[in-house]
Amino acid sequence: MTNSIMLDPTAELNPVEKQILPRLETLSGTTVGLLDISKPRGKEFLDEVEKHLVAMGATVKRYMKPTFARVAPQELNQKISVECDAVIEGLAD
Amino acid sequence: MNFSTANKITVVIKKDCPTCTLIEPVLGQLVDEYQERISVYVQDDPAFPESIASKQDDTSLEFSYKNNIEIVPTLICSNDEQEVARTVGWDKSEWQQLTGLDSLGSELIDFKPGCGSKTQDPGMEEQLAARFDDDLLQARKVELAESEDEIEACFDRGWSDGLPVVPPTAVRVIRMLKGTHRSADEIIGNVPPDNLPCSIEKVAINAVLAGCKAEYFPTVLASVEAALQDKFCMHGLLCTTYFSGPVMIVNGPVIKQIGINSGVNALGQGSRANATIGRALQLLIRNVGGGIPGGIDRAVMGNPGKYTYCFAEDESDEDWTNLAQDRGYDRSDSVISLFAGEGLQPIVDQRSRSPESLAKTISNSLRSVVNTKLYGAADAILVISPEHRRVFRQAGWSKQDLRQALYDNLMIPGAEVVRGAHDVAEGMPEKFKDKLLNKFRDDGLHIVTTGGKAGMFSAIISGWVASGEKGSQLVSQKIQ
Repeated sequence: MTNSIMLDPTAELNPVEKQILPRLETLSGTTVGLLDISKPRGKEFLDEVEKHLVAMGATVKRYMKPTFARVAPQELNQKISVECDAVIEGLAD
Repeated sequence: MNFSTANKITVVIKKDCPTCTLIEPVLGQLVDEYQERISVYVQDDPAFPESIASKQDDTSLEFSYKNNIEIVPTLICSNDEQEVARTVGWDKSEWQQLTGLDSLGSELIDFKPGCGSKTQDPGMEEQLAARFDDDLLQARKVELAESEDEIEACFDRGWSDGLPVVPPTAVRVIRMLKGTHRSADEIIGNVPPDNLPCSIEKVAINAVLAGCKAEYFPTVLASVEAALQDKFCMHGLLCTTYFSGPVMIVNGPVIKQIGINSGVNALGQGSRANATIGRALQLLIRNVGGGIPGGIDRAVMGNPGKYTYCFAEDESDEDWTNLAQDRGYDRSDSVISLFAGEGLQPIVDQRSRSPESLAKTISNSLRSVVNTKLYGAADAILVISPEHRRVFRQAGWSKQDLRQALYDNLMIPGAEVVRGAHDVAEGMPEKFKDKLLNKFRDDGLHIVTTGGKAGMFSAIISGWVASGEKGSQLVSQKIQ
């Protein structure tokens, strides 16, 4: 199957790729979500990350996906986007 | 011209053409005689004709497209890759002359017209142009991942006003460009707020996004040119915290030609032309100009017309001037006018049967534009319904008579509307206290007619508070 090709309707000032959101300039005073994807030892890893974030002045909120095998449910994505300025996802096991 | 001066013969055929099947023996005769100097291109069935071993598969139609084949069979004589003669269909004497073979097809009838080339099938030309004409389009190509939904991809890339857009494929854009004779790479102007040069092609891409038909495209182009007129102040209109956006009014023969609604629900939903022509300009301002709500568009609330706001005038009364005539055009001209406005405020009057009474009702309502105590601040469009117009017409009033009555009714002593008067802080500056003021500046009130035949309701489209030379003025542009 051939992939669709569309013509750019913009003035082409930005790259074709989708843009990432603006990065935070400081962590001080921000709320950072830590998302545990439910793989073993995720908690220990994120506990360590949390210590560093708190030391830098961030408030940390913890979240967990029901299963690492599936993408996060929409409710969880929405909850994180409402409550946090940034999110770190713990991928390792 | 005959084959003695040409060194190559090309024939383009398709199996689905009775003339092409008729001349199969002729092709065999030519191949026998001239061997590799003959090329036979087949558009539909590469196995046809079975009697000829070497033939070229042109099911992609690349050869046919690049050689402008309109009819099959086509016989082309060329010399050193330069075409020197061509004939279409089967004309025995012409084929004999061009090939130099006096006995060619002698057993066949003298003449049989050909069939349409597959390149002429409906919609095919745009597909072939997209595939084989590399120079036609200059816009950057955005290739989607296999898993991406086309419409979602447009949302993801920020190309939408919030509603689904039509994915701007090359075929659709080429089809849109067929709506104009203007060259795709012509620059129509610099689009605010970023003031970036905009090509006809970029307008076409955004017209596709908006859902326009190609026949709307000249009207879209005129709307863009109107918006780019300095008098319209599109940049300020986009940036303002105020509600306004471009309101489009179309006059002239184009209304019926492309079906812009000027009747029932003319300012409402349901008409593709109204909906998409207005939307195309908004999408262009967003995508090419960079005018993003919350970015440089700082409207405190905006208004629903910023999705699209386009309608046509009811021109059924020949003796009542239309807006374009008021702006100096002829009734036979197709014209689009742009006004910086918002919303719609109804005027109900089901009792007035005299023009004087109805004009007073309208005047009273017009006083509320922007603020009952602000005079000369914002322009307005008075949208008269056909039934209300009939009240004026039956009394023998012209539009100019109505305009004069409204002007007279809308005078007020400055003391009534200065700041603080009637215990309201807002109002006109104190310096106007002893002056006589009119609600609208000169040329600040425009009158158009539209809508269904039943209903004694008119309406006001209120203008931007920065109306006039300090901001935006109504502009008109002829649709070519």
